[in-house]
Amino acid sequence: MSGHSRAIVRAAKLGKTVQGPEGELRILGDLDLDVMPGDAVSIRGMSGSGKSTLLGLLAGLDKATSGEVYLFDQPLTALDEDARAALRAGQVGFVFQSFHLLGGMTAIENVMLPLELGGARDARDRAAALLERVGLASRRHHYPAQLSGGEQQRVAIARAFATGPRVLFADEPTGNLDLATGRRIADILHGLREETGTALVLVTHDQQLADRCERRLLLADGRLEQLA
Amino acid sequence: MNAFRLGLRWILRDWRGGELGLLLAALALAAAAVATVDFFADRVERALTGSAADLLAADAAVEWSEPPRADWEEAAHAAGLRTARTLSFPSVVLHGDATQLVQIKAVGDGYPLRGRLRSAADPAALDAGETGTMAAGEAWGEARLYAQLGVSPGAVIDVGELRLPLRRVVTEEPDRGGDLLQFAPRLLMHLDDVPPTGLVGPASRVSHRLLLAGDPAALARYAAWLTPILPKGAEWLDVNRARPELNAALERGTRFLALAAATVVVLAGAAAMLAARRFVDRQTDAAAVLRCLGLSSRGLLLIFLTRLLALAGAATLVGSLLGLGAQAALGALVGRWFAADLPPPSLGPLLDAAVTTLLVLAATVLPPLFRLRRTPPARVLRHDLGPPPGSEWLAIGLAVATLGAFLTWRMGDLQLGIRALAGVVATIGVLAVAVRGLIRLLDPIRLHGHTAWRQGIAAVARHPTLALVQTVGFGLGIMALLLLSVVRTDLMAAWRDKLPADAPNHFLINIQPTEHEALEALLNDRGMRHAGVLPMIRGRLTDIGDRPVDPGSYASARAQRLASREFNLSFATALQPDNRIVAGRWWPPDSQSAAFSVETGIAETLGIALGDKLTFQVSGQRIEGTVESLRQVQWDSFNANFFVVGTPALLAGQPATYITSFHLPPDQLRLLADLARRFPSVTVIDVGGVLGQVRAMIERAALALEYVFAFTLVAGVIVLLAAVQASREVRAREIAVLRTLGASRRYLYAGLAVEFGVIGLLAGTVAAAGALATGWLVSETVFNLPWSPNPWLIPLGASLGALGVGAAGLLAVRRLVDVPPVVVLRAA
Repeated sequence: MSGHSRAIVRAAKLGKTVQGPEGELRILGDLDLDVMPGDAVSIRGMSGSGKSTLLGLLAGLDKATSGEVYLFDQPLTALDEDARAALRAGQVGFVFQSFHLLGGMTAIENVMLPLELGGARDARDRAAALLERVGLASRRHHYPAQLSGGEQQRVAIARAFATGPRVLFADEPTGNLDLATGRRIADILHGLREETGTALVLVTHDQQLADRCERRLLLADGRLEQLA
Repeated sequence: MNAFRLGLRWILRDWRGGELGLLLAALALAAAAVATVDFFADRVERALTGSAADLLAADAAVEWSEPPRADWEEAAHAAGLRTARTLSFPSVVLHGDATQLVQIKAVGDGYPLRGRLRSAADPAALDAGETGTMAAGEAWGEARLYAQLGVSPGAVIDVGELRLPLRRVVTEEPDRGGDLLQFAPRLLMHLDDVPPTGLVGPASRVSHRLLLAGDPAALARYAAWLTPILPKGAEWLDVNRARPELNAALERGTRFLALAAATVVVLAGAAAMLAARRFVDRQTDAAAVLRCLGLSSRGLLLIFLTRLLALAGAATLVGSLLGLGAQAALGALVGRWFAADLPPPSLGPLLDAAVTTLLVLAATVLPPLFRLRRTPPARVLRHDLGPPPGSEWLAIGLAVATLGAFLTWRMGDLQLGIRALAGVVATIGVLAVAVRGLIRLLDPIRLHGHTAWRQGIAAVARHPTLALVQTVGFGLGIMALLLLSVVRTDLMAAWRDKLPADAPNHFLINIQPTEHEALEALLNDRGMRHAGVLPMIRGRLTDIGDRPVDPGSYASARAQRLASREFNLSFATALQPDNRIVAGRWWPPDSQSAAFSVETGIAETLGIALGDKLTFQVSGQRIEGTVESLRQVQWDSFNANFFVVGTPALLAGQPATYITSFHLPPDQLRLLADLARRFPSVTVIDVGGVLGQVRAMIERAALALEYVFAFTLVAGVIVLLAAVQASREVRAREIAVLRTLGASRRYLYAGLAVEFGVIGLLAGTVAAAGALATGWLVSETVFNLPWSPNPWLIPLGASLGALGVGAAGLLAVRRLVDVPPVVVLRAA
């Protein structure tokens, strides 16, 4: 159990049921998982297998029906929405399938956002450096609507790494992109992860993307299986 | 703190992104409407209460219908106060055959005690005025008196029996006030010249003033000594009570304007509500991302509140600047009624504009904003998750409560505020029901006709709530404009037409008892038809039954005014032909009883019933009589009529002047000069001229109101834009799909023209119906006229609405039609 104390994300007997039209529907059941600092964990599964639900629970975006999630050793069920948000602030990064950039802000302003929330004084410089790192230095003043899907996802990755998070949750980061662009995104994601030592929890149905992680898990019937 | 700073930084991004443009426009419009009215009212109010010098030509004054008593003046001098006297009365002056009604003010030595009297030597060079005082043996006139008599300085005029040279042109007179109640031009003369004119008799309608100035403490001691011993009818005037009639007119006027501005605020509020909801809805994803990035719900609220407060600040600034421009026009239209010169605008109304913006913002934005802060962060993973739905009733309740608070504030009175709220809610409710009914009527026709037609009708029926808001918005604006332009002109014309061609057009007042028989003979000789030369006695009502009359005990301002003023009483043996007894009986010609007959309106206002004993104070004597009958008087016959008429046995011995009215054909104007020569103390009032001035004043007032109501149309346009904006995504997608299916731009425009044209048609029709109903109500209750509706009103309103709203709507959606469909579909 010594490993547990070092885990930055830990799920213990985690369960989630929702109310469906035909009664209760179990999505996750008694699921255990440890994510160590610097780990790269991929969770693969079919559409509707509960991957995104699991990601939401691990990141404290949603509440479990049973069991517990520990984020940085803090049990999340004991925390309210605001306390969970405070726990995430600056320590957790996100990359989503649909990018979730704020449409009214330029690329650099989107990257600055988490830094500004943390009160960083050099937000603009750090954001500019990150945009350069993802190859978008020349696009920094473009609005999301003026960027291609791949470019938007690169901005989202820059935003996710802006605060130097301890763990990054990625939900189908290449799901909306073509194969070549998706590969380039995966390169940037893993490159940055390795440079910063950030742990990665990635859910995807794309086997190639999943295979680039050291630990590969499969979510089926609400349980996780270790893949070879 | 970070959230606050981030919110501040976000403001610039909002501005660039154009997300808040419409909300800003709606808020700025509300602020502008309130600022316009308040800047104007504030200027007039400061002109009225600014300084005693400008209003009284003194620090205080005593006003009475009789000369001030000598001991009042002696006591003032003993207290170290300076005094001066003035005497004002209407009269007619002559120059050759030209006659002119003037308002004479005779001033004694020392006038003015405060402020300055300025005059110029030449009506054409009024700027070259000098400050000076009046001397005996000359008269000064206002510039328009010179114009109306067609004379230049130096001309000699007849003032009663005295001939005086018109020396100078009055350019500034400290206690003149505005010209709201002064139809006749001013003539200034010296008090010493009044007795030789023979114009002022014992019962003449004159107003004496004893002006006082000096050390405030001494003045306060003097006031404390004098006010308790003032005879009834005498009034102590100081800066707070300098122009009660103008204050009352201002209060009524600004309440009306405030109500017009409140209508704009309500409409702007509807637009703000639509714009705010859309803004907040579009921020749900941003809120979820921010929550994901670790922002607390408090921080989220703070970011949005900071942004919206900055928006309110900007709206206040823009609205105030607009209001500042608009109030100048209001001041130019009606400002002179209240004061010769309005002071420049002050900064006070900025606060009113700010409060208005904040109230509109609070009522419209807070409910969706409080919902937004509860956006679940998991929305970033599952887009179907949103903030919990808010209660519509809570939102409506908050809006109505805020509106109630706003109206109470604007009306300055809780009861008026509640009544105004009920009025606004009822008007909107009636309009809403009417519009909803009309939208239902569209159902059967939406299945027929050209596809573009069906498309347009379906669009109205598909978003009934949005259509309702837009229609009510436009409906209120169009209704106000129709009422103020078409219905008002119709009513005035109907009223004018109702007067017989030979209705009396001249009044003669101040006829002395020694003159009335000779004057009646002159009128008869010249073939003038008149309704008799009637006695007029001034008296104050002191008791009704056993209870003393206390003006303060009446609720209505009219009753208070009537109870505190002197009445004009008359006596007669026969009932006047335009009077009708509605209760009791008219006395027999030889009646020796002490009896009164009272007009029904005033009986109701003052609570006088048949059989009541009335006590009047007439020239220091108590006159008691019983109310034997109640009369209905046809006031617009333009005959001289009286609220209270007594038996000759009761009143014939009292000091009286006489009054009559007659119709003077235009070819007999010489009679006026003859009258003025033979009966110099008689004052001729040209009713036609006065009516013309009243009409001109009503037209200006209507113009001023139209001006404020024009804001409602702008509000209607903003409501339309907000409604278009609210359905923008759906509409853009529909247009894109239609275009991919091969619809031409012409087809799309036709459908949109039908949609907005129908909304305008509904709004215009409902507005015209509303204006008709209001016209009927006013006609029946105020003018007492049979109602003849204008057959063009409904077609006019409907076409005005259809064309105006149709054009505005097409302009608003033009850009959506021009976007290539692929852009819209890819974004979806």
